[in-house]
Amino acid sequence: MQMIRVGFIGLVMLALAVVPVVANAIDEPFYVSLFTRMLVLAIAASSLNLVLGYGGMVSFGHAAYLGLGSYVVGIGFYHAANDGMDWALNGWLHLALAVVIPGMAALLIGAISLRTRGVYFIMITLAFSQMLYYFFIGLERYGGDDGLSLWYLSDFGDVMDLNDDSQLYYLAYGLLVLVLFTLYRLVNSRFGMVVRGAKSNERRLMAVGFPTYRYRLVAFGISGAICGVAGFLMANQSEFVSTSEMHWVHSGDLIVMVVLGGMGTLFGPVLGAVGFLMLEQYLPELMEGVCHIIGGESCGIAGEYWKMVFGPLLILIVLFARGGIDGLLQGKVGRNV
Amino acid sequence: MLKRTITLAAGAAMLATTAMAADPVKIGFVTTLSKGPAVLGRDMRDAADLAMEHIGARMGGRDVEIIYKDDEINPGIGKKVTDELVQKDRVDFVTGYIWSHVLLASYKSVIGNGPMLISANAGPSQIAGELCNEDFFSTSWQNDQTPEAMGEVLNQLGIKSIYVMAPNYAAGKNMVAGVERTYKGEILGKDFTKWPDQIDFSAELAKARAAKPGAVFVFYPGGAGVQFLKQYSQAGLKETIPLYTVFTVDAISLPVVKDLAVGSLATQMWSPDLDNAANKKFVDGFKAKYGRYPSFYAAQSYDAIMLIKAGVDAVNGDTSDKAGMRAAMKKADFGSVRGAFTYGNNNFPIQNFYLREAIKNDAGEYTVKTVKTVFTAYQDSYHSKCPMN
Amino acid sequence: MNWILLIEQTLNGLQLGLLLFLLAAGLTLVFGIMDLVNLAHGSLYMVGAYFAATFTAWTGSFVLAVVLTLPATLLVGAVVEIVCLRTLYDRDHLDQVLATFGLILFFNELVRLVWGPAGLSVPLPEFLSSSLELAPGLIYPSYRLAIIIASLLAAFFLYWLVARTRIGMLIRAGASNREMVGALGVNIRFLFTIVFGLGAALAGLAGLMAAPISTVEIGMGENVLILAFVVIVIGGIGSIRGAFVSALLIGLIDTVGRAFLPDVIGGFFDDEFADAAAPALASMSIYLLMAVILAFRPEGLFSARNG
Repeated sequence: MQMIRVGFIGLVMLALAVVPVVANAIDEPFYVSLFTRMLVLAIAASSLNLVLGYGGMVSFGHAAYLGLGSYVVGIGFYHAANDGMDWALNGWLHLALAVVIPGMAALLIGAISLRTRGVYFIMITLAFSQMLYYFFIGLERYGGDDGLSLWYLSDFGDVMDLNDDSQLYYLAYGLLVLVLFTLYRLVNSRFGMVVRGAKSNERRLMAVGFPTYRYRLVAFGISGAICGVAGFLMANQSEFVSTSEMHWVHSGDLIVMVVLGGMGTLFGPVLGAVGFLMLEQYLPELMEGVCHIIGGESCGIAGEYWKMVFGPLLILIVLFARGGIDGLLQGKVGRNV
Repeated sequence: MLKRTITLAAGAAMLATTAMAADPVKIGFVTTLSKGPAVLGRDMRDAADLAMEHIGARMGGRDVEIIYKDDEINPGIGKKVTDELVQKDRVDFVTGYIWSHVLLASYKSVIGNGPMLISANAGPSQIAGELCNEDFFSTSWQNDQTPEAMGEVLNQLGIKSIYVMAPNYAAGKNMVAGVERTYKGEILGKDFTKWPDQIDFSAELAKARAAKPGAVFVFYPGGAGVQFLKQYSQAGLKETIPLYTVFTVDAISLPVVKDLAVGSLATQMWSPDLDNAANKKFVDGFKAKYGRYPSFYAAQSYDAIMLIKAGVDAVNGDTSDKAGMRAAMKKADFGSVRGAFTYGNNNFPIQNFYLREAIKNDAGEYTVKTVKTVFTAYQDSYHSKCPMN
Repeated sequence: MNWILLIEQTLNGLQLGLLLFLLAAGLTLVFGIMDLVNLAHGSLYMVGAYFAATFTAWTGSFVLAVVLTLPATLLVGAVVEIVCLRTLYDRDHLDQVLATFGLILFFNELVRLVWGPAGLSVPLPEFLSSSLELAPGLIYPSYRLAIIIASLLAAFFLYWLVARTRIGMLIRAGASNREMVGALGVNIRFLFTIVFGLGAALAGLAGLMAAPISTVEIGMGENVLILAFVVIVIGGIGSIRGAFVSALLIGLIDTVGRAFLPDVIGGFFDDEFADAAAPALASMSIYLLMAVILAFRPEGLFSARNG
């Protein structure tokens, strides 16, 4: 089974590497933007996986860090466009701040949230993300609820041009690989061992003398920083920044991606993000098709009810495929994690 | 995975090729079809379907196809489905758009990429001003115009003071700014309430009552409007302080709140009782087909399809002749349900605004009737920022 | 300071708090006893409101609709418990969050399919749709008073049920030691179904009482769901007393914040800043409260273990 799994994941990564080439060859540029979204959400889901999958910390507020990362780009653009501060469009600066600001926010939020456990932790992370959500809605200067349309994207000078969909795609791909490599090194380091250990038996680790709170906090901060990178990419991909990306339902979507792909595995979140967006894209068409096959009437609107299938599907995955897609590849069914 | 992707992509490419051979004019329609505001999307879709029926689904000698997409009131999703319409379905026109933020997010995906964009509702100031484009047309209004008309109504009625309430988001603030721009009396208090999930307005209503204003002005679109009207009436304010609204009392909320809204006044650029042939055909057709009154969302969507038809007809179906289509659309002579109007330099309508009163008619239906014309040929205040002429 | 306005706003806060309590009580009951995080609780609230609208339209009487809605939502809750949630009791909270998140999606689409996308309305009987003058100058809508009274009655009923009856004894016993109660020959599965149904009925009650003052529409449950969670987390999960106290606290803070924050901030800063900051701060206030309380008391005000 391991062979199939490695082969499949390799194939997915390889396939993702050639998406722009194929899409441009068959003249279907839409697939470049669709798959860029997948890569961006794969990074966000991977960052959540660090705390959720490896650390056992169920953060229900990761959309906030995604939003913070994208607002770095949005606010930079705003000042470049309105106040003539050209330097505020600098892509390297955006990228750096999109790591630092969400990372710092995560450290701060984590410092308070990690004092709690279980459902209290789920809810306090949610509370903080709701606070940020309402904060940005009230921030009228940067568009408030209307958001900001980005007429210029992050500027990387001669190095690359993000207006070119393919270049943006490969930036996202490169960052995803970098993130995965970093996470791989991290979870297999001594630091990672402590974070993972704290998930299963925190008391024992504390007894041996590990300050688990500090380890968990640092993991939470790193997770926020990586999620900020995804936000940076998301802003450049959608050429738009808005509070709706910070809504709590979006945090729920990220959790779904992690679980769908497989918690606590390196590539699980990537598979989850790809699977999630594939379902979002093709489930409506599939339902329309099924409707036609069974001879239903007005099948055009059948696809609009796709969430009616998606919801129960989610329940089935929770009930019967705990390992997610990655678990299925390893031949694990039922309740194995 | 790779194989699946390529098969899917190739399938879509093949579909695209066959579609070109059959050669219908393709219109993408982005609106909200899920969640609470799905009711607005339904009205828009029903109106567009009715327009298709009235024109026999033909424009300029070609068949016409409308592809509907759901934006889930989310600018990110709206942008994604717009990309899909432009890049994958390769539509000739994109229309719809209830929400300013969804339109703003999607604007760049359409403008400059081939298709023309017709907003059937949202009218953000940016697009009326510095971001205006020859490929963009509006069949609705600029956001500030309707409340500006309301401010003028309040002046004309000699109302000395008002209390203002609106949700705390960009359109809410635009509406308040609009009324402040034209209203000359005193504003006793302003409340921006939580959006979108405030359940209870009692705290704000109590303040409004205590302020003893000559009138209350509010903007609460969709479901929030129903909620507000109910609570306003239950608080006993309906009898004591007259209520003036924009985009709150319409064919969507009236059948729900019924008597609670009767008597309230609102400004709008269209009304179901406007006396012109196109409007009669539209309103009667809509009522006959769907058994209810159309809302202004519906009227604007109907007009959007008719405007597109005017463009495509003028070039005999040759949608590659964009200059020809633009010129024909700019004339605004397609027979709008609002009556005659013209387009300004920014392609937003220069049109009349009416004062409408919510009534219960002899047939027992809840609808609105036109009281008077507030503004004639009124243009938005952002057109001077638009570089086009 | 205007005293009448202050009293009126306090009543408004109480009423909002009591409505939240009804919603939170069902949630905290289910959580405390079955250890189940139920995100779909808001969907039951929505279903309750839709039932109320339908039954009012059928029978022409709001009172009859109340009588019909309660057992109907109880039934829906019991079915959901038997079909889907029963298997989730021994899973971790993450699984429960996900599965019930799936339920939310399902219920939203189901409601749209059954009732259509248009919002519904619940008209009030004549005697509830007017206002009363409680004191000179203090005018208060009679339906709001009815909400306060009905919620208080429901709270007392709940207290009586849990503290004074045999079923309440079993519920409390089941909460502290599930296996033991099962070993004593009590049908624990049936007990759980009953409790979940009771929670659903409470959500339905909140939904039907909110229906006449709000719009009955798809997704109406998601907005209040988060508020209800804030309530039970502040109160201490599983504690009905905690839920009661924190619901009132949140109702009051939210209302008073909305009513007086603009003036307070306007007193210190210029109007433009106050216009922007006050609503944002008012929206954030309850989340701020929750973060502060959890920072100092990570298990809420009343931990279920000792209260």
